[in-house]
Amino acid sequence: MSDSPSLAEICISASSKAWHGDGEILATGIGLIPRIAAGLAKLTHNPDLMMTDGETYLISRPVPMGKRDVSNDQVEGYMSYSRVFENLWGGKRHAMVTPTQIDSFGQTNISAIGDYNSPKVQLLGVRGFPGNFINHKNSIFIPNHSVKTFVEGEVDMVSGMGFKNKDLSNGKFEIKLVVTNLGVFDFSGENNNLQLLSLHPGVNVDDVVTNTGFDVLIKSDEITSMPSNEELTLIREVLDPQGFRNSIFGE
Amino acid sequence: MNKIVTYKDIIDQMSDGMTIGVGGWGARRKPMSLIREICKSDLKDLTVVSYGGPDVGLLCAHKKVKKLIFGFVSLDMIPLEAHFRQARQKNEIEVMELDEGMVQWGLRAAAMHLPFLPTRVGLGTDVLTHNPELKFVSSPYPDAEKLVAMPALNLDVALLHVNKSDEKGNTQIVGPDPFFDELFARAASKTFVSTEEVVTTEELGGKDGAMFNRFERSLVTGVLHSPYGAHPTSCAPNYGFDMQHLKEYSDAAKSFDEYSSKYLNKTHEDYIDSVGGSEVIQKIPLPQF
Repeated sequence: MSDSPSLAEICISASSKAWHGDGEILATGIGLIPRIAAGLAKLTHNPDLMMTDGETYLISRPVPMGKRDVSNDQVEGYMSYSRVFENLWGGKRHAMVTPTQIDSFGQTNISAIGDYNSPKVQLLGVRGFPGNFINHKNSIFIPNHSVKTFVEGEVDMVSGMGFKNKDLSNGKFEIKLVVTNLGVFDFSGENNNLQLLSLHPGVNVDDVVTNTGFDVLIKSDEITSMPSNEELTLIREVLDPQGFRNSIFGE
Repeated sequence: MNKIVTYKDIIDQMSDGMTIGVGGWGARRKPMSLIREICKSDLKDLTVVSYGGPDVGLLCAHKKVKKLIFGFVSLDMIPLEAHFRQARQKNEIEVMELDEGMVQWGLRAAAMHLPFLPTRVGLGTDVLTHNPELKFVSSPYPDAEKLVAMPALNLDVALLHVNKSDEKGNTQIVGPDPFFDELFARAASKTFVSTEEVVTTEELGGKDGAMFNRFERSLVTGVLHSPYGAHPTSCAPNYGFDMQHLKEYSDAAKSFDEYSSKYLNKTHEDYIDSVGGSEVIQKIPLPQF
């Protein structure tokens, strides 16, 4: 690989590690980077992952981003929305999602910003977040790490539950990994505090601290591992040959 | 037995304050011709249950919605629904915002004629904060776990769009995902289906076709022939969603009059002509996600 990895590619590689050791579960990456990352996980360290075509069918090979010839899809099973719900209630799923807000408890919001009765910004609605976070493992990708996304206090409308309520989840609640444009984190610090695991190139600890609305522990300030040549080839030639990932950070 | 009805027949069986369930999902297989017909009518103060798309947006834009029971409202490729957002941000509608699975659970409870079904979903979230009417139930078994008692979402009327039906209401949803239309039909006192095609029972295709019959005809009150009735939403495999139209519709949240005079308050046939005609809609490719 002659070109050095882009920030999007670094985030994809880091995010794909979220599904490490998950075995035979449904991997759902919602949004560009999480979806390419899930595909990368399946093509590298976890071939047993189940994955959909983004609509209704389980496929053996991750489908590339953008327009494709669907006759090349290798369909192996069925995953209608009804079956997605059945699957997630059983816990055999790990989704990576992008909430609009996240707080120090790991609570997430995709519903509304501001006063609930007449929101300043109405978003999607809670969608499947309440069910996802109480029933199975999740990871988070945030492309714009700031005090507006990592908020002080609590998120405006708790859509996905957080660590402070994990006892209600029958042992299923877990946020495995948090990848942002600044670095890689998890919530495995003491008392489930958010902790920094690595910084992306050119980012320093101060950038993380000033852009996070609550205390973040610094477990390590190493630089995030770069994607391997194999990963870069898979991202560039198989999973996203049309380069949609470049739009995320305007690269 | 002949259940074929007209738009007027369906509207005449609805009344102010009813709870209406709308099938489909987001911008996919919505009974839009029926929604436009409600917008033309005097009906008001509706409670709407939907995996929401432009059905919810159009009803909000026409001030038909008193209360919305929902998990999301989205136009798929256009993630946020502008008309719904406007109604929410101006505090024009009451909401019962639920997890997608809780909506399913509420419909299933209604379908099973039960008062509620238990679930963990909702615990630890503001879904409970903002819906104080949601109550809890404790497991009567030794685990004694405290769970949410998701109440039945009983519907007065369900409106669905299907690919095919015969006159008796033997319907087929041929697209890959039937979504939760079956539960809407089971949760409702009356179900009206609009259909791309009305066919003979024989033309439903025997045993092979029967795989696509997602709920039995005893649930169907009336069958409306409405070719391209899901436009601008998709109706796989017949046609995809009309992105250009959805964008125009979305942009119309700022000034609705122009969109309205161009496309609404017409017969369904005139609507189809106004958006380019059947030949154009037929050619809209299926979306890839």
